[in-house]
Amino acid sequence: MGRKWRGTPLTAADIAEGRVATAEWRPEAKYAWSAGESIGRFLEELQEGHLVGRKCDVDDTVFFPPRSFCQEHFVRAGEFVRLKNTGKVETYSVSYLDTDARRLEEPVYVGVISIDGAAEGMGFMHFLGEVEEKDLAIGMRVKAVWKPKKERMGAVTDILYFKPV
Amino acid sequence: MVGIGYEGFPRETPHYSFKELTFEAALKAYEDAGVDPRKDVDSFVVCEEDYWAGWSISDEGAPDQLGGVLRPLHTVSGDGLNGVANAFMQIKTGYFDVVVVEAHSKASDILTYEGILTFAFDPLFYRLLNAHPHFLAGLEMDAFLEDHENTEEDCAEVVRKNRENARHHEAASFGGQTSVQEVMDSEVLFRPLKAAEISPLADGSIVLVLASAEKARELTDQPIWIRGIGWSSDSPWLETRSLAEARYARWAADQAYRMAGLERPRRRVHVAEVDDRFAYKELQHLEALGLAGGNRAGALLREGFYEMKGDLPANPSGGSLGVGNLLEASGLFRVMEIVRQLRGQAGEHQVEGATLGVAQSWRGIPTATGGVAVLEA
Repeated sequence: MGRKWRGTPLTAADIAEGRVATAEWRPEAKYAWSAGESIGRFLEELQEGHLVGRKCDVDDTVFFPPRSFCQEHFVRAGEFVRLKNTGKVETYSVSYLDTDARRLEEPVYVGVISIDGAAEGMGFMHFLGEVEEKDLAIGMRVKAVWKPKKERMGAVTDILYFKPV
Repeated sequence: MVGIGYEGFPRETPHYSFKELTFEAALKAYEDAGVDPRKDVDSFVVCEEDYWAGWSISDEGAPDQLGGVLRPLHTVSGDGLNGVANAFMQIKTGYFDVVVVEAHSKASDILTYEGILTFAFDPLFYRLLNAHPHFLAGLEMDAFLEDHENTEEDCAEVVRKNRENARHHEAASFGGQTSVQEVMDSEVLFRPLKAAEISPLADGSIVLVLASAEKARELTDQPIWIRGIGWSSDSPWLETRSLAEARYARWAADQAYRMAGLERPRRRVHVAEVDDRFAYKELQHLEALGLAGGNRAGALLREGFYEMKGDLPANPSGGSLGVGNLLEASGLFRVMEIVRQLRGQAGEHQVEGATLGVAQSWRGIPTATGGVAVLEA
């Protein structure tokens, strides 16, 4: 400090109090994305409390979440298959900050869970719950905990979290 | 050009995600070209705009539906015809034999089309006027009619012709019989621009497969050759760009014609697909492309020169007015249509004996950017 810079410094207050000319624009950018055949079916099944994947007929790979085509063989995907709502923690992290980077009173546990019966490594990124931070581990077996049926909306949040089994 | 495929062009496609829509088009293009994207394609070019997709850094979502995972892929934030230029240059390097170009419109996913267009205007100068973005088309049309020998009725004729042509396109959503009087009587929205002169939005994906000359001869008995390609942008400032004349298109055409060695294009070109997202744009573009004997597009249109049975059919597909505005896929649609014409595979809208065609793109409001491709059988 101590060095004198040329010019007039601006403060946040100068902007907030209108002492500086500013332009403001709020973009009108709204969308209604079509989920499509596979993700549409996946979300419907979630509402019913089921996890579904979809098969590639070339080598029987099961995509989860379901996809309409195979990115390796470039063919239309085959049948939908119902999967168990259990799996394994592939990786996890403990988040101490919220989306505004404010410190959370209770940290959030987030994991990538490969679903039993789906292709190697395919699964969900979701919350982990009913578990102590010290007990979190890669390879941990987990099971989905669902919202009550009437509160489900056909969204990935129809599952509250995955808990250890 | 060794393969074409499309899926479209309805007003909406709620049963498809944009990935599924694109996958369907890609399957057809690869079958047409006889290539396996996982083995035979060296590079992929996807033309899209994040704000149309509603997805930032949307290029990351581009590879799988084209079979392009773990392959060279890049996106062009622009019209599909610019993607063709990119693919063309890649092939010319000698390092790529087969290159795929894709562009799509999932316009039905966009709830605030005008909001996105407005967001494309300069934030400190134009945007704060808070005008509907199509005012710019009204300004251009006014300047065009004032400077050139065309009338409002000529612009209405374009709508009549293109919607009539679209009746013969198997996938057009807006074909029909419309009289010039009906267009003239439609609501004036941005004087002199009228409601019926604005192309409605549609959904669709288009995939083209390009190959080096050697590879093309191996893949097909009927390659369509890119003889010339060009693109350019006029000034972004509305005050310093030309509103009356489509200079971007003239410059792009000059580059493409020079590359193709094409002189006197009006006498030599058999078929043209040009941007008609607003009716006046078709006339303006035909003039910029040297396909109108100076500024006489309106007069030639009245004489029947650009009709299906005329000397130089313009937009035999029905164009954007008849098929729908396909956003960044608009230029790629026009290239695909010229390929169909030159292959003799345009079905009910086939121009008899066409062997030399021109496709032209414009990126739409508020741009002054366009491209031109000269294609030959």
